[in-house]
Amino acid sequence: MKLNERSVAHYATCDSPADHAGFLRKRVERHHHHAHHHGASYQRRWFVLKGNLLFYFEERESREPVGLVVLEGCTVELCEASEEFAFAIRFDDAGARAYVLVADGQAAMEAWVKALSRASFDYMRLVVKELEKQLEEACKSLAACRKSPQRSSCSGRKRHLSNPALLPLQEKPTTLENGYSTWGSGGCVAGGATCTDHDTGQTKPPPLPPRRRLAACSTTGSPVPGLSLAMLESPVPPETVCFSKLHNWYGQEIAVLRREWQERQKRGHP
Amino acid sequence: MRYNERELLSLARQPAEKAAEIRMSVPKKGSVLKKRLVKLVVNFLFYFRTDEAEPIGALLLEHCRITKEEENVFSISFIEEPERKYCFECATEEQCQEWVEALKRASYEFLRRSLIFYRNEIQKMTGKVRVALQALLGAAGFGWQQLPAL
Repeated sequence: MKLNERSVAHYATCDSPADHAGFLRKRVERHHHHAHHHGASYQRRWFVLKGNLLFYFEERESREPVGLVVLEGCTVELCEASEEFAFAIRFDDAGARAYVLVADGQAAMEAWVKALSRASFDYMRLVVKELEKQLEEACKSLAACRKSPQRSSCSGRKRHLSNPALLPLQEKPTTLENGYSTWGSGGCVAGGATCTDHDTGQTKPPPLPPRRRLAACSTTGSPVPGLSLAMLESPVPPETVCFSKLHNWYGQEIAVLRREWQERQKRGHP
Repeated sequence: MRYNERELLSLARQPAEKAAEIRMSVPKKGSVLKKRLVKLVVNFLFYFRTDEAEPIGALLLEHCRITKEEENVFSISFIEEPERKYCFECATEEQCQEWVEALKRASYEFLRRSLIFYRNEIQKMTGKVRVALQALLGAAGFGWQQLPAL
């Protein structure tokens, strides 16, 4: 089966941000069926994860990848190889080989396992759908909280809810191709970061909402039911991609604010 | 460049986001349009001879440009070689537009930008929720000092 290898290799080496990168030792697979892995040999390679594609290079500065592992339909697990800090990428297919990789240490291994577990297109698609729903719900909450028709974000925002990631593609097809924009800041992410947050520059992320210092007591002096400082203490940092965390945090916040407002309504004006 | 072809072939057998018989040509000299089964699965476009189970080829859809050409026709080319085009002639203009839209969304990079967009919007929205509430509560006669600091 042919693959557009030249383009794939170009994608591997171009400036677009990597989700993770680092040295790993890769077990050399022998071609017999009942390979015993006593005395298996390993090759040190430079690995670069971009989306659902795991590339590996002979050297960090190599111009072209030696190989590629497409990461759809795989599981990533720690493995009891004779090596410490080893993990394996396995595919559903019964006869499929596993990729056994060895990290430099505990932290590196954990970071890789985490990054690879989340690397499938399907998973990313799920996350985006969830966030889309969250945004809809946040918008509805906002609309519900407003009594008077204030000139505010929600209805005006309806227009902008259509993903602007699409708009440039439609308006400027020659300058912004599918998934590609000129990476001015460039450079691949080395080691540590499991998620890069390269904004294309169209929407600058707004400053974080001010940190809350929630008083433990309400105006009447009795503790506000169901609230705890800990729950609302620190906002989720902008780099959090884990949607379940985002979901929890924003969901809680809206629920709490709504409850506060409703309580005040019930108590009436002082 | 080595790659896990077996898994890619397995992926080609997965349920597709979109599949159709479309006439297609590859960017090779003297290439003509041939009827192919074209199948979009995640960020790969597979193409098969219509009677075969295994694809002839696969295109990774990252850093590619999807261009609407003349009527019923669109093309796929890649950033580093924009003149080399894979051309697709659809049965109808509608089908053509559908494929163009679907392919533009079919990259991991697109999903990544969507994620950033939604996350920013939620952040903005959340900020706005609190501002709106404060304004409302202020209007209802509560002094600012009575509100918990937000």
